Amino acid sequence: MTAEVIEIFLIAILAGVVGSILGLGGGIVVTPALTLLFGVDINHAIGASIISVIATSSGSAVAYIRDKITNIRVGMFLEVATTVGAITGAFLGAVIAPKFLYVIFAVLLLYSAYAMVKKASQEVPQNVPLHPIAQKLRLQGEYYDKALGETVAYNVDRVPQGFGVMYGAGVISGLLGIGSGSFKVMALDVFMKMPLKVSTATSNFMMGVTAAASAVIYLFRGDIDPVISAPVALGVLIGATVGSRLMQRMKSRTIRKLFIPVMIYVAAQMLYTGWRG
Amino acid sequence: MEEAKAKAKADANANAITGAEGEQAASRIAAVELAVTKMLRIGIYAAAAVIVTGLLWLLITGEGGYPEDTYPTSFTDIASGVADWKPVAVIEAGLFLLILTPVMRVVVSLFTFLHEKDYRFAWITALVLVILIISFALGKAG
Repeated sequence: MTAEVIEIFLIAILAGVVGSILGLGGGIVVTPALTLLFGVDINHAIGASIISVIATSSGSAVAYIRDKITNIRVGMFLEVATTVGAITGAFLGAVIAPKFLYVIFAVLLLYSAYAMVKKASQEVPQNVPLHPIAQKLRLQGEYYDKALGETVAYNVDRVPQGFGVMYGAGVISGLLGIGSGSFKVMALDVFMKMPLKVSTATSNFMMGVTAAASAVIYLFRGDIDPVISAPVALGVLIGATVGSRLMQRMKSRTIRKLFIPVMIYVAAQMLYTGWRG
Repeated sequence: MEEAKAKAKADANANAITGAEGEQAASRIAAVELAVTKMLRIGIYAAAAVIVTGLLWLLITGEGGYPEDTYPTSFTDIASGVADWKPVAVIEAGLFLLILTPVMRVVVSLFTFLHEKDYRFAWITALVLVILIISFALGKAG
């Protein structure tokens, strides 16, 4: 048992690093690793990945908020959309076939991957207008970019569209029980035109809240196996602490290059699940 | 000419007001950032310490306190397991603390927004908290 716990712990460190840099929560590493390498059944793997999402969110937020990368106002405002979406998703699963939702969301992801490729050479967004709602709620902000060595001031555009996509991200969390970080980053980066680093940090910040709601349900359902989830939680906390420091020194262009294949992978996975289901 | 000057002066005044408001907003958000990071740190350290204790104990003794591959799944069972010092129950209590951390983060930011008299965001945060409580309740019912 000890060897297995140590192996899971080491993989969880990697998941925490990847999740905190890309704003994904680490489920993307934890779920396949547990099912494929350790033969854990899918329900317990998803239970552990929810723990991973919460650990990444809280672990990375400490550094991201201290260094003012996270936009707390944007995060808090959009959490209204993700939490309502999560409840809708939990009910929607029982009402209509998730098949169509999978396909719609996969197409949306592919569109965003395309939009991200188009701005692959861009380091920080330029000439973004300030949306009236963003102005009213004071959503604009600035952060010090350690890779560029300068302060980046930014505006926030297309708030209603971003709110809509965040609602969709919440629906997916409710349906699939995952943090759906790729959709959150997409809403912030592609739709609201915020800098990529602010987008991944804010996505991480928000993810913990959505995941906490489903985690309690999973815990009482018995899907969170303590012996598997303990090394996941500890490893991810360490990984997220490291990752949130690493990310600040990376170029946004590099992060984007890592992010695009992940989006395509998630879209392909959703299309496959939709097709099969 | 005079009119244009007066207008320029009025504009400058208007800017000065928004400038002061901007500074106020910046100090408000700094207070929230500080409160939230403090809460997250406490949550993470507490959860990690409890999980490490339970896990090391389990690995050293090889005895979880429950039959092979089983563990308590209700709040009362976890609590009584912790009271009986069962390692697996201790791990679960730590995981529960970890899950609770983001929720506490919302509670702390609600109080800080209220304290900083940022009522618009206090409302937004309260709304998130209510939705979270509803989803907890729904989860329990279902």
